[in-house]
Amino acid sequence: MGEINGHAILFLFFGILTCLFSLAVVFSSNVVRMAFYLILALAATSGLHFLAGADFVGAMQLVLYVGGTLVLLVFGVMLTAQNPFISLRTAGGDWVVAAMVGGILLVILIPVAFQVGLPPTEASQLGGRADREAVTSTDPVSVPTATRIGLGLLGVPGDDVSGYLLPFEIISIHLLVVLVGAAYLARAKRRVTVRDTPGTADV
Amino acid sequence: MSQFLINQLGLYPLLVQALMAMLTASLILGVIAGGSVVFIWMERKVAGRIQDRLGPTRVGGKFGWLQTLADGIKLLAKEDLRPEGADALLFRIAPYVAFCASYGSFIALPFATGWVGLDINVAVFFVVAVLGLEVFGVILAGYASASKWSLFGAMREAAQVISYEVPLGLCVVIPVMIAGTMDLTKIANLQAGWFTNWYLFHDPFAFIAFFVYYTCALASVNRAPFDLAEAESELVAGFHTEYSGLRWSFFFMAEYGSMFLVSALGSILFLGGWNGPIPLAEWVFGQHASGLSGFAFVVANLLGLTVFMSKAVLCVTVMMWIRWTFPRLRIDQVITTCWKYCTPISAVMFVGVINWQLLGLPNGSDLLPHHQLGVRQLPGAVREGAFGKNQLMPQAQSRDEKSARHKEALPAPLHAVSDRGES
Amino acid sequence: MTEILTSPVGLTHYLVVGAVMFVSGVVCMATKRNALGVLMGIELVLNGANLNFVAFGSNFLERNPTYQLGLDGQIISLFVIVLAAAEAAVALAIVLNFYNNHLTVDVDRADELRG
Repeated sequence: MGEINGHAILFLFFGILTCLFSLAVVFSSNVVRMAFYLILALAATSGLHFLAGADFVGAMQLVLYVGGTLVLLVFGVMLTAQNPFISLRTAGGDWVVAAMVGGILLVILIPVAFQVGLPPTEASQLGGRADREAVTSTDPVSVPTATRIGLGLLGVPGDDVSGYLLPFEIISIHLLVVLVGAAYLARAKRRVTVRDTPGTADV
Repeated sequence: MSQFLINQLGLYPLLVQALMAMLTASLILGVIAGGSVVFIWMERKVAGRIQDRLGPTRVGGKFGWLQTLADGIKLLAKEDLRPEGADALLFRIAPYVAFCASYGSFIALPFATGWVGLDINVAVFFVVAVLGLEVFGVILAGYASASKWSLFGAMREAAQVISYEVPLGLCVVIPVMIAGTMDLTKIANLQAGWFTNWYLFHDPFAFIAFFVYYTCALASVNRAPFDLAEAESELVAGFHTEYSGLRWSFFFMAEYGSMFLVSALGSILFLGGWNGPIPLAEWVFGQHASGLSGFAFVVANLLGLTVFMSKAVLCVTVMMWIRWTFPRLRIDQVITTCWKYCTPISAVMFVGVINWQLLGLPNGSDLLPHHQLGVRQLPGAVREGAFGKNQLMPQAQSRDEKSARHKEALPAPLHAVSDRGES
Repeated sequence: MTEILTSPVGLTHYLVVGAVMFVSGVVCMATKRNALGVLMGIELVLNGANLNFVAFGSNFLERNPTYQLGLDGQIISLFVIVLAAAEAAVALAIVLNFYNNHLTVDVDRADELRG
């Protein structure tokens, strides 16, 4: 003890960034800024994934979430960001209800987090010495998870992973269906009723 | 070195780690900054020669070496303008977002065996992922400028980048599949030896895949003929219409940084990285750089670094050549190129390479008898599966034994899966 | 205060960050009137949950070994990421359709099905 560890510093950095930007998403009323804060929050989350030794998931988060989903989202924001919609005001009552729900959730979740995440007791340490040693290994990033995850997805059960071939196939089909569906929904259509609203001509 | 500092000088380990990190970071920054200085000068020269001019000739002596520096000083002196009605925060931050993305992806890019900012096991993925974030800088800049030219440029950029990431990813996966690992250092060292070991010559499908990769890379870094985001004939200057001075130059640095990055990535994935057309280091030192140590290792790595840089710079030069040769595409043509040509072609190449591997057809490295000297004897390049049978089919064991065994398996240098049986 | 810097990072740290993200997401979903804002809330909620999966599956965190998810946690979070991408695509298509038909993205105005 007494020694400051780098892991904790990095965790604090990314963790605080994540929390701050998540809150910024909530309290910002400009939808474009919200999107920007969301990007930063999710990028910081991928940093947390790297710190937890989940390098493949972290990279995946960057590729798919930040690089794919959020670009799509920002694209949508820009398509619909006509002046009146950039900042829609929230009614006061909504804030009260939301704050109550959020507060209650926090009050439930945070104690649970402290309860579940308690450091191992003496008794449990006997059963889990290997894990204790794993904690002290200092280089989370170099542990290869990608190969084991890949094998897991192909249905080869590994050390600490079970086979996931069926969910993998289901999710593939699901993605295909979604792709077709989204393309069908968003395809160019003539607007049925033409309304004369200024500022929509070049959309 | 960090061990030396900790043990001999008795420095605080955390401080040493931070120092090393800063050293690495500033080295990478130097590569980007120095790279863009050289590339901007080169771009002017190449453009000049292609258009039958001389390009810069005066600043700094014979070839106008210092032209970029002069440009830089001019940019520093310019006023930093912000249009009225712009979103101040986003407008200010956008250039740095673009630059950080370009800079961040250099972290995982190896320059020679072991010379890498951070040796990530999923380096290929990481580089592509972080590079993809550059688009946010452009989008934010376009939106925050409160100018319709900027907004149009940004929209085009978003559509283009999202589309081109699909074929780009498919092409990147092909060498990964041949190598069986996503670690860039290992991928490059698997191609050691003669140039026939390069994945470019692995099989005809991989050969085509390289050119599809190059096209998509061109599009994903916004270079002509895909530079729709800044089409000056229609959109003034696209997303950076409203930028001036230092902020504008950050966009420029980001662009040249990512040009170099995709070229370097391409040369690692397909052109053998730091492993030259001829196995020079093997002739001089008797073995590959990854098997050497001490002074010989540094010299061999410097050789490799030179080779690697030449390949990457060559790719960048070709990008410039393309820029000043081809006319710009229309946006619908850009999207058509992606979805109707690049994506299907890369998908077919992907399937082709799978089947090539599956059928065990002869690949490029079988062309030369030096094959045996090359790939298979390298310490870092063993093709036998790193996964022993016991790892693939675990017996029923308790968690403890498993994780203990897992920890033993960790130090093994390779985690490549064998994709073809060794006879 | 220095204790947080000197003690090893544990499961609790991750769970707290995950909880903050989750709650932010819920509040965001409840308060935003812009359809895309609601979508962003959903992304936050999913990410908070994802962080928990990764944390439970990690070998590098100080925690009680009873709760060991192993690599399964990472695979589940991969599935969540993929599903989130799919969900965002469909939701965006719906929002754009709504915008095309009603020229607004205010979710409070999407009340045509009310009897």
